[in-house]
Amino acid sequence: MNSDQRRGLIVGVGTEHGDDAFGLLVARHLASRTFDGVDVITHSGEGASLMEAWQGYDCAVIVDAAQSGAPIGTRYRFDTSVDRVPTKTLRYSTHAFGVAEAIETARALNRLPRRVIVIGVEGGSFHPGASIDSRLELLVRDVAAEAIVEATRH
Amino acid sequence: MSSRTIKVEALARVEGEGGIQVKVKAGKVENVKVVIFEPPRFFEAFLRGRRYDEAPDITARICGICPVAYQMSSCHAMEAICGTTVDGQLRELRRLLYCGEWIESHALHVYMLHAPDFLGYEDAIQLAGDYPEIVKKALELKKIGNDLMALVGGREIHPINVRVGGFYRAPAKVELAAMLDKLKWARDVSIETTRFVSGFNFPAFEYDYEFVSLRHPSEYPLCEGRLVSNRGLDIDLSEYESQFAEEHVEHSNALHSVHVERGTYFVGPLARYNLNFDRLPASAQQIAREVKLELPCRNPFRSIIVRSVELVFACEEAIRIIEAYDPPPRSFVAVTPREGAGRGCTEAPRGILYHRYKIDHDGIIQDARIVPPTAQNLRTIEQDLARYVEANQSLGQDDLTWQCEQAVRNYDPCISCATHALKVSIDRG
Repeated sequence: MNSDQRRGLIVGVGTEHGDDAFGLLVARHLASRTFDGVDVITHSGEGASLMEAWQGYDCAVIVDAAQSGAPIGTRYRFDTSVDRVPTKTLRYSTHAFGVAEAIETARALNRLPRRVIVIGVEGGSFHPGASIDSRLELLVRDVAAEAIVEATRH
Repeated sequence: MSSRTIKVEALARVEGEGGIQVKVKAGKVENVKVVIFEPPRFFEAFLRGRRYDEAPDITARICGICPVAYQMSSCHAMEAICGTTVDGQLRELRRLLYCGEWIESHALHVYMLHAPDFLGYEDAIQLAGDYPEIVKKALELKKIGNDLMALVGGREIHPINVRVGGFYRAPAKVELAAMLDKLKWARDVSIETTRFVSGFNFPAFEYDYEFVSLRHPSEYPLCEGRLVSNRGLDIDLSEYESQFAEEHVEHSNALHSVHVERGTYFVGPLARYNLNFDRLPASAQQIAREVKLELPCRNPFRSIIVRSVELVFACEEAIRIIEAYDPPPRSFVAVTPREGAGRGCTEAPRGILYHRYKIDHDGIIQDARIVPPTAQNLRTIEQDLARYVEANQSLGQDDLTWQCEQAVRNYDPCISCATHALKVSIDRG
């Protein structure tokens, strides 16, 4: 890690549309506390700006809602050093140029942080105006803790 | 008797979910379906009962790629109802914000969604592996569009600084000036882009479409103008619904917009370019001539060149506005609601976006109608697919399916937000 490189970034990806807000809730939960060497942001998941956001970090942890047809609350973990992130699982990834595309494009351009971990949680409803499923709300604290562990791991 | 089916299904998110199906029997196309489910239609119902000044923020949520278009069309419609005129620097700021959206949207489509088709790649990720410098420039170009949207609109996705009557906050001159060097770089890259994409191999495919776009007395169209076409249409927005109608088709939840007498029509960059070439800045006209982009251009596969020319325009326009910017004394014009109906129509990156609202004397929305560009191009896309498949029967199934997807992407419909993740299945009957 370069001396000017920051250590960890946690990115809560999503919108306010139903279960798509899961990543945002995780980031908001963490934002009220301070973790040494770790920054926490919310993000729309738009790929080009996401690639910009993680520049300079040694590790990025992306938390996003998933939509693969699995039961609501199913959790996924992708370590991009060993996994390709499936483009059809993450919620934003079907939208032109999202999280998975950003990760794989950054990999091709050698612009990926040393460690990128993607934590996905399966959602059900993503309609505008819908509330997040209560089963997902119960997972926010747990996933937030997992994100912190990942972001501070050397 | 040979038959074949070309089928593309399972588009997700964005304006709608969709797919395509083309059935061919004995060399003749029997059936073409572009199937789209269009969630934004629900927005027309959401809007009823909401305040008139909520429309820009609510409708911006319809699309993550072109939220400014929805904000601008709704603002213009509400201002038309309320008798409000937004001019001077506030009007210029709106055009500047729109330039940001055109830059980010066109950069995304040209490089990340459309160029891989011509270069034989599955997606932009593969393209990045072989052409890293090009993809880096594309991402930087897109980022400049995003930065402009964030600066004027408050954030890059679903801007929050737009209000009926203007903006919540007008940027300082020094803030905008900081974008100038970036935009000049973006203009030069856009010119390079035009040269680059004009070297692609384009299928020989032309049709005498009816092109429809806005036309302004002096500007390349963004927010205002009359609706014109190459078939003699020249109308005020108030006549839109007497000229165009939406039809329901059995195979799709999306409505198809047609001209009431002439049927299909074509909106978007090709239409704007063909009907407004004389309104482009000199540098955009020059590069179009240099790369021998014909006028009119009737080959939708060559829309990638037109989008690149429009990138040059958007950068030039943004530079012009910033260089002349004099911050307005107030960031908005006061608006007092009054009962009535009004329309707004602006040029989203992918074509005209029509809004019509009716509000009561308290400013509560009684009725809303939104016609996105994708709905206006759907039937033309279907006709393109039919013609293309019929004329290219000798192609193998994989090539033909690939080119059918490409034919859809020519229009940069919002469904193209997912076209590089399409599931494709082919059934040779």
